[in-house]
Amino acid sequence: MSMFRIFDVSGSAVSAQSQRLNVVASNLANADTVAGPDGQAYKARQVVFQTALMDAGGDPASSAGVRVSTIKEDASPGRRVHDPKHPAADAEGYVTYSNVNAVQEMVDMISASRSYQNNVEVMNTAKNLLQKTLQMGQS
Amino acid sequence: MINRLTGQLDFQAQALALRSERQRVIASNIANADTPGYVARDFNFSQALRDATASLPRPPASGAASPTASNDLGAPIAGPLLDGGFGRLKPTTDLRYATPAQTNLDSNTVDMDRERAAFADNALKFEASLRFINGSVRTMTDAMKSPNQG
Repeated sequence: MSMFRIFDVSGSAVSAQSQRLNVVASNLANADTVAGPDGQAYKARQVVFQTALMDAGGDPASSAGVRVSTIKEDASPGRRVHDPKHPAADAEGYVTYSNVNAVQEMVDMISASRSYQNNVEVMNTAKNLLQKTLQMGQS
Repeated sequence: MINRLTGQLDFQAQALALRSERQRVIASNIANADTPGYVARDFNFSQALRDATASLPRPPASGAASPTASNDLGAPIAGPLLDGGFGRLKPTTDLRYATPAQTNLDSNTVDMDRERAAFADNALKFEASLRFINGSVRTMTDAMKSPNQG
């Protein structure tokens, strides 16, 4: 039954989306991280999705899962705030915060959770259909 | 004779296999809804079913069922779909690329609304095929029962 492949496909998508959700969580957690005088603040991270073809005993192109190919760091400079009294301020009195954009992360989070839900729904449907297939001819 | 009983079953089995194939293709599209550059795919179900059932033995025309001329038992019960055993699909489901309704910045052409609708539609029709199969199985077992078996 080629429908068993749906669990591989949707499962890979669910795992990729949960990894994305993880990255969003760590970005949001570090949104207000302060860089010390060495200037090394937390850099926002982003997952990069890639299609992962799965051989389905026939045409491999017909079932395509997802995998996270890389986790990229956002290279944009961190937010700099003038606050000379801050313990982490540098020589000019500036504090560098992480470059996390909280709004963008929230949007990313909603998108990831919706995609996660969609794929779980797909797996539920496939499970129901397979269960009914197993009961074929019994009723 | 038995072919005439299982002919309907064969057709629905092909339909069921193709439905599960399509379900998988749509699941792949939904899984890749966030992958940059992914192109949504689908196939023409009616064409694929017509191709898959083209060589199924047709029931003979009415009145032509003379026992001498019939080679009903000679043809294999399994159709062309089951070439390499169960699960090894051989239909020509040539996958096409879906045309996007809206362009997307990351050139991903998955339209989630369309995919969701296609998924629900396909799941329902899969169940319909299952019911047809169950129905003909019940008909056959009823026909095999003796009258006092209930």
